Amino acid sequence: MSSGTLYDKVWDRHRVASLPTGQDQLFVGLHLVHEVTSPQAFGMLRERDQTVAFPERTHATVDHIVPTGNRDRPYRDDAAEEMMAELEANVRGSGIDFSDPDSGNQGIVHVIGPEQGLTQPGMTIVCGDSHTSTHGAFGALAFGIGTSQIRDVLATGCIAMGKQRVRKIEVTGELGEGVTAKDVILTIIRELGTDGGVGYVYEYAGEAIESLGMEGRMSICNMSIEGGARAGYVNPDETTYEWLRKTDAFADDPEAFEELKPYWESVASDDDATYDDVVVIDGSAIEPTVTWGTTPGQGIGISEPIPEPEDLPADKRDTARRAQKHMRVEPGETMEGYEIDVAFLGSCTNARLKDLREAAAFVKGRAVDDDVRAMVVPGSQRVQRAAEAEGLDEVFIEAGFDWREPGCSMCLGMNDDQLEGDEASASSSNRNFVGRQGSKDGRTVLMSPIMVAAAAVTGEVTDVRELTEVTVA
Amino acid sequence: MSGDVDHSGFADGDAPAEKVTDVSGTGIPVRGNDIDTDQIIPARFMKVVTFDGLGQFSFFDQRFDDADNEKDHPFNEKRYQGANVLVVNANFGCGSSREHAPQALMRWGIDAVVGESFAEIFAGNCLALGIPTVTASAAEIEALQDHVETTPDTTIDIDVESETITYGDTVVDAEVSEAQRKALVEGVWDTTALMGANEAAVAETARSLPYIPASDVPDEAGADGPADGAGDD
Repeated sequence: MSSGTLYDKVWDRHRVASLPTGQDQLFVGLHLVHEVTSPQAFGMLRERDQTVAFPERTHATVDHIVPTGNRDRPYRDDAAEEMMAELEANVRGSGIDFSDPDSGNQGIVHVIGPEQGLTQPGMTIVCGDSHTSTHGAFGALAFGIGTSQIRDVLATGCIAMGKQRVRKIEVTGELGEGVTAKDVILTIIRELGTDGGVGYVYEYAGEAIESLGMEGRMSICNMSIEGGARAGYVNPDETTYEWLRKTDAFADDPEAFEELKPYWESVASDDDATYDDVVVIDGSAIEPTVTWGTTPGQGIGISEPIPEPEDLPADKRDTARRAQKHMRVEPGETMEGYEIDVAFLGSCTNARLKDLREAAAFVKGRAVDDDVRAMVVPGSQRVQRAAEAEGLDEVFIEAGFDWREPGCSMCLGMNDDQLEGDEASASSSNRNFVGRQGSKDGRTVLMSPIMVAAAAVTGEVTDVRELTEVTVA
Repeated sequence: MSGDVDHSGFADGDAPAEKVTDVSGTGIPVRGNDIDTDQIIPARFMKVVTFDGLGQFSFFDQRFDDADNEKDHPFNEKRYQGANVLVVNANFGCGSSREHAPQALMRWGIDAVVGESFAEIFAGNCLALGIPTVTASAAEIEALQDHVETTPDTTIDIDVESETITYGDTVVDAEVSEAQRKALVEGVWDTTALMGANEAAVAETARSLPYIPASDVPDEAGADGPADGAGDD
């Protein structure tokens, strides 16, 4: 049993009661809502003649189905329009703040929470989206929930959960040139497996994690769920506080910041905290990492050979064989040179300002390969505006990228942004599942934003370090 | 007939809080580890505001090609129509938190899922619908899948309380997580009703948190409905 960890402390502060199931009832400090997983929950609430218990602790946006091109209402896609209208009616009828496109604050739910300062250390945060783990980057306990649980949270402000174990993942050393947070998390998932985190919460620690900015920490916590862990977090520190200081929540209210800081500091894991498991990974050995298969655990360093299924543990062989057939890759080859048709720079994993800056720095003065369809989808309207103020849009457009409006876009293909046929994509998103990007024959190669930029330029999976001298913290 | 719960007459996603002590029926095997929620229900079918009608889209892209011709998949096979026990392998339901996945399976006719292991959010979503997710060893699961393939009309009995799976002459020592077993067997898996009863404690916890402004906590925090409202449906 863990003790003295951030997880234990935040859990204890939010525990309301023990339930007859043996689970605990936890108070939810922030409930984020989007259009895809919430309408049925609001419907269930109405059927029970109940109302939203804590509207002020709830915040909504639209991201999954929102078009990233023409956003005039009504949306051209009737189904998307219906979902948007349903969300508007639900949140407006309940007094829930809504970062809609007209507000200038719309974006992917896991981008807007942190940028508006809604996400804070020591909170419990839930959303009907598995990538809610992103918010753990701030030292919050954040996890995805299903629609029936959304109903629970809307109606009661609480969630029923059993306590999990805590695994500390210590990433030591300094990351090499061209190696980013994305490469770190792909390596962690590869090492521990896509189901290695089931029953665990991940605490990310060590020099390589602590030296990351908030964007990098978010990329790592974001993909906890791809390793099976429902939540992941980084203990709050000065980097966290610096970010928070500039957000809407505290920019004009430094007193509130000072009042809350002792609480934030108090929830960080104690030096003598005990963990159920500790894993140490050498960060300095991590290369730019890409996936060769159809699960996020099927990753390799850019210079490494694709594994022989026979060399893998018995339970991974069948999945590997099917994945290699789908991706049309051969064991023994590297992924370098794998031809791509689409370059997608976006998603809740990697569409923040820093991601776009780094990719733009690489793209500047280069051109997208003639056979590649390349797009940048900023994570939010704020990211979009900030990037445009720096002229990043011009850099991308000049190079041949499509510069689009914010949303989830081609990460999961719920709007028009989809792979076609058996197109292969270099993608900064989080899932390479078969069919994930909108075409069941589509092929997804996950990688960091700068690796996507490199692939866009060369038309194939490329070691970004060989093309340029890059400096990435 | 499928155990104690009749899923067919549900209001949208709203399962009755009944005891689910056992499920019995015929099986349908879907083989493979790491079957993710995008395979169970592709995202394009989630552009809906209710769960109604999702059943037909279960495993859609595995079942149909571009021209809507049927491909080889257990969900297409005649011999498995009417089955209500899905038998899967490891890490089933990994990926997204979409409740649409178990909703689709339930609406196709699945009342219980037996497998080597499940992704956490998926298992939690199943529980919210009263669908047990029962685990057994890899070898036992494979034996059950083989058996169902050769004799699809075999009745599988899942006893949630005693944690056994019985088919033919075989009794498998299975596992149901403690919280899930309690919730199903005692019929206390409607967590909205359970938690709604603790209104005062909720408000007290909220007020104790330094980041919650007093104005965010309603005087009478919690559900407005009757305390036992959830059981009325």
